[in-house]
Amino acid sequence: MAGSKQWGVPDLVNIALPKGRLGEGVYALFEQAGYGCPSIHEKNRKLIFENPEAGVSYFWVKPSDVAIYVERGAADLGVAGKDILLEYQPDIYELLDLGMGRCRMCVAGPADFEDDPSRPLRVATKFPNIARGHYSSRSREIDIIHLNGSIELAPLLGLSDVIVDIVETGKTLLENHLAPLETIVPISARLIANQVSYKFKNAEIAAISAALEKRTVQEADQ
Amino acid sequence: MQTGNGKTLFDRSEAMEHSLRELYTSYGYRLYKMSKFEPYDLYLQNRSFVTGGNILTFTDTDGRLMALKPDVTLSVIKNYRGGQQKICYHENVYRDTGASHEFREIPQAGLECIGEIDLYTQLEVLTLAAESLRRISDQAILDIASVAFLSGLLEATEAGGSTRRALLGYLHEKNVHNLRQLCEQKGIAPAAAHVWQELARMYGPARELLPGLRALCLNDAMTEAAGELEALCALLDGGVAVNLDFSILQDLSYYNGLVFRGYVPGLHTGILSGGRYDNLVKKLGKKAGAIGFAVYLDLLAQLPAGERGLDADVLLLYDEGCAPVDVMARADALRREGLTVRVQRQQDAGRYGRIETMGGA
Repeated sequence: MAGSKQWGVPDLVNIALPKGRLGEGVYALFEQAGYGCPSIHEKNRKLIFENPEAGVSYFWVKPSDVAIYVERGAADLGVAGKDILLEYQPDIYELLDLGMGRCRMCVAGPADFEDDPSRPLRVATKFPNIARGHYSSRSREIDIIHLNGSIELAPLLGLSDVIVDIVETGKTLLENHLAPLETIVPISARLIANQVSYKFKNAEIAAISAALEKRTVQEADQ
Repeated sequence: MQTGNGKTLFDRSEAMEHSLRELYTSYGYRLYKMSKFEPYDLYLQNRSFVTGGNILTFTDTDGRLMALKPDVTLSVIKNYRGGQQKICYHENVYRDTGASHEFREIPQAGLECIGEIDLYTQLEVLTLAAESLRRISDQAILDIASVAFLSGLLEATEAGGSTRRALLGYLHEKNVHNLRQLCEQKGIAPAAAHVWQELARMYGPARELLPGLRALCLNDAMTEAAGELEALCALLDGGVAVNLDFSILQDLSYYNGLVFRGYVPGLHTGILSGGRYDNLVKKLGKKAGAIGFAVYLDLLAQLPAGERGLDADVLLLYDEGCAPVDVMARADALRREGLTVRVQRQQDAGRYGRIETMGGA
């Protein structure tokens, strides 16, 4: 009853890559691992790039959407930051830590910040689930202020006491007289797979995952 | 001329429902019809068994809080009156699903076997699960695992509550790197840490992998569970691929032995789910074992649609000059030839094998 026609490109492993600098680095890793796709470098308006010889096809999506494409099976594989996975909790397989795009999920605020436990802590963040999980694990009552960008502004204007955000170098924080106060969890890019694709395209996915693992281990050793 | 037997999605779900019911009743499972609602208490006490979060509730005329049935199994156990009970069902359940957080009506077919559960009974239920899948797709996969094996491993791991949850969570994600990190952080014995990582990596034909599972056993509970899986797989001949996969495990507090999940190509999630749930029966105060599974028929609508068939073989057009009795007689004559006929005055965008006109239409 289920014909041979599936979602995505049938018989190829469909891979969702995050647009932007991280995605380009990730694609380079796939290329080094033997899963390149020359047409991806062509300047045109194509959205999906196929390389039937390597058995893969790629497409670029917004980084926060990668997990959705993978969870719903439109992509068999994808690369997403651990921050996105922790925030949205998609039901997917997390096969590999690619070790790229390393940063930290931090609590940050004025360098001399002192928590007043007699009142709820006001936390501004793009990641309400991560923030809530972090503070509920220590039974601290918080007031979450969900923002979509320029999180650093919140404590400067008195909108919040602290922020929960990704810290790469800490430069933006420093320039605004803020400092990382506490690391919640280290973040890096992960190779994720759709659970059903993993079963039906097991040999192909296992081969890609193994080739990438070999490359990441080599890079870590260098 | 072909009969216009349009295979719409509605037909597919309905045809499958009939096919499965015929299969289950041929094994002597009795069709069981249950009421649409139950007192909310039943679900409140077993909240984590009912997956998918929220439950639709309303207040009955006597002031009791009622719920639209979000699950079938709990109602079946509640009504269990001893002895061997083999029932099958086709029911709609009501749950909020996925990211959209909207309540939906989900048609579910399945069966439950409550009473003494021996190797034969487990084999029968597993065979019926495999055959149900085969009727949906000839490329289906049935994944199996054992909760008893994992319980044994948790015992050997000697970890606290939050670490246990984290270990099971990472296993569900096949997340080997975080399992490794967690085992190092928590000082888990290398032998147990090795087993956790191997289980996360393990996927493939059950018969090939099961001897390897034996080598991972750290205590009697694990050995016994592995032995049970081997005995079942040696006997099972279901016409679908049977794979070993420990990432399918569900809530350990309700399930105890065999668990399984079925997949067909074209769907992003499992279409069949089941297992041995003696613990749930005990929790509801009954003394019996139990095993069963459900098929989520709503997912059939997500399978790639076949070619849309004809709305009718013949579109019979008439006009005001035609006597109704003549129109009726012509349509009946065509139907006697085995054709499906739609009668109306004007042509529309529907799909028809041919168009016949009466009068000057």
